[in-house]
Amino acid sequence: MKTILKLTRYGAMNAVRSRWILGYTAFFFLTTEGLMRFGSDSGRTVVSLLNIVLLLIPLVSIVIGTMTVYMNRDFTELLLSQPIERGSLFAGQYLGLALPLVAAFVLGVGVPLLARAGEDGANIGVIVMLLATGKVLTLIFTALAMVVATRFDDRAFGLGAALLLWLMAAVVYDGLMLAMIWLLRDYPLEMPVLAMSIFNPIDLARTLVMLKFDVAALMGYTGAVFEKFFGTALGMSLAASALVFWLCLPFWAGKIVFEKKDF
Amino acid sequence: MHFSRHTAPTLLLLALAYATAFAKTHEISPSAKGGVIARAIASASTGDTLRLRAGVYKEHDIVVGKPLHILAARGDELRVIIDAELRGSSMVFVRANGVTMRGLALRNVPISYMNDNAAIRVEGAQNGVFENLRIDNALFGIYLATSANCRIAGNVLRATKGNESSSGNGIHLWKCDNITVEGNDVQGHRDGIYLEFNRRALVRRNTSQGNMRYGLHFMFSDSCAYESNTFRQNGSGVAVMYSRFVRMTGNKFEQNWGAAAYGVLFKDITDSYMAENRFFKNTTGLYAEGVNRTIIERNEFVNNGWAMKIFGSATDNIVRFNNIIGNSFDVATNSFDNENQFIHNYWSRYEGYDLDRNGIGDVPFHPVRLFSVLVEQQQSSLVLMHSLLVTMLDVAERVIPSLTPETLVDAAPMMKRIDIVPEKLFITKQNHQP
Repeated sequence: MKTILKLTRYGAMNAVRSRWILGYTAFFFLTTEGLMRFGSDSGRTVVSLLNIVLLLIPLVSIVIGTMTVYMNRDFTELLLSQPIERGSLFAGQYLGLALPLVAAFVLGVGVPLLARAGEDGANIGVIVMLLATGKVLTLIFTALAMVVATRFDDRAFGLGAALLLWLMAAVVYDGLMLAMIWLLRDYPLEMPVLAMSIFNPIDLARTLVMLKFDVAALMGYTGAVFEKFFGTALGMSLAASALVFWLCLPFWAGKIVFEKKDF
Repeated sequence: MHFSRHTAPTLLLLALAYATAFAKTHEISPSAKGGVIARAIASASTGDTLRLRAGVYKEHDIVVGKPLHILAARGDELRVIIDAELRGSSMVFVRANGVTMRGLALRNVPISYMNDNAAIRVEGAQNGVFENLRIDNALFGIYLATSANCRIAGNVLRATKGNESSSGNGIHLWKCDNITVEGNDVQGHRDGIYLEFNRRALVRRNTSQGNMRYGLHFMFSDSCAYESNTFRQNGSGVAVMYSRFVRMTGNKFEQNWGAAAYGVLFKDITDSYMAENRFFKNTTGLYAEGVNRTIIERNEFVNNGWAMKIFGSATDNIVRFNNIIGNSFDVATNSFDNENQFIHNYWSRYEGYDLDRNGIGDVPFHPVRLFSVLVEQQQSSLVLMHSLLVTMLDVAERVIPSLTPETLVDAAPMMKRIDIVPEKLFITKQNHQP
């Protein structure tokens, strides 16, 4: 446990020292502040932010994560020669990578949003949901980065695989979903669509935030089904456990790969 | 026989002149015996005035069978309370021409599933005036059937919410001619204002909000106008159906938000005119089915789910000089063909340029997004709204349209928001009072 903490602190210090994390924070801060300042109403600002969160967070997390793991390769090998448990080493490296990213996001987006939350009646529920999903997406995609970078030794290949993963989650999955909806458009699809949107963390995050808007009314019957589902304790806990599952699966897979790997 | 538009007022003036020459005024106070108003009506003669003093009159099924003026005494306006105590059928039946009711407070008309119980039920009467009344907890508020040349103005109607089947309409006009409904405030009824089989009705400056079904329900009523009304947060918005020559100007349709709510639902409307209305935050601003030869101009559609849904059955309409701003979808349609003309509108989503600086964009605007076509086919695809894929598809479709109707296009969109002076929305010609 002590090892994990030490490695986390080291990772965090390293991240801050390398300055990209400050740039990342500044980017979020300026975007949010700019949107709040120049956007006409806060609802629209949150929609724009949602687009950024859903697009950029997974991309940045997985790319930066992969690159950092590759860059720290020598240091990792050095540590492996010490009497440290491999599992702790993996967990420490993961947290050292993910937590600064989470902090950057929360500071950059959360501070300007929450500072204004009271004044123009912006929906606190939406903001909280946006922050929560952003955090979870960072954690999930950093874990995926760890898996990819540990699994593939070739950097170019690893980075390609990371980008491919992001593309699958952000675009291709939606494409499949849309194709299915289009092909089966004559059938009632509320439940299949609901199920499919739970199995992709990006879609799930988007759905959760959207339902906090009153967008549900636009969706007619579909919206009613979704609202009813995510409104219940069962639905919410299913959504939450889907996100936790997405968090644990890559972490666990990465840990196994790391523990078995012949460095 | 043909009457000019001035015939009715002239006759009315003559009648008034005749009546005032002989009419008497009766002062009436509430009494423990009850039935005061009914007895006063029985003993009054044509053209008399009954002035009711403040207090509670527990009466119902009052029949007004001769021309009378039933008013609150001076200074007692709205303190004259007629309470039906949820008994009987309608509270007041008006069966004579030239009846005036003013400044009274009527309450507690019982629910009936057999009869349309109303606070004031007018049948086959002309030249009635129903003004400045307050009606609480009534099944129907003011109910006019087969009547003409009446005025319903400045009334406040409040119903406690039941459900659609156990409640009635606020102001209900059935088979009437030349009725003016002005400056009323209706809340909590089934339909705020209901018109069926009317001719030449004028509905203006009313507020109809929080009603269970429609703010205004308008059917088979040709040559009617409604202007400068506010319809807000009604269950399904406003429905205008099966009518010709309808004029709709300066109204506000706001916050009709729900799975089946509209700003305005048009069904089978022909040769009508809609201008300077404001649609704000409705699920669908304008839902047009079977609309023909109608001009829709200088309206504002702001922050709606869909600004307009124009169906294939709508043809030969002109949509021009409207501001369409910040809606999730601008136009949706179910048809690949388009028989309507869209021109010179301002679309906040427009990204074209204006090289010759004449204020009109040089690139046509296609208001139907690919995504809205998909959504029209299967609503579940709305779950992909705001996703990267959908944005990419929309951009691709804009460059090479293949699935969206190519003819539904604004060939000359405006570069700047069109100046529709908001104050102007509420200035209308003052009409003379009968």
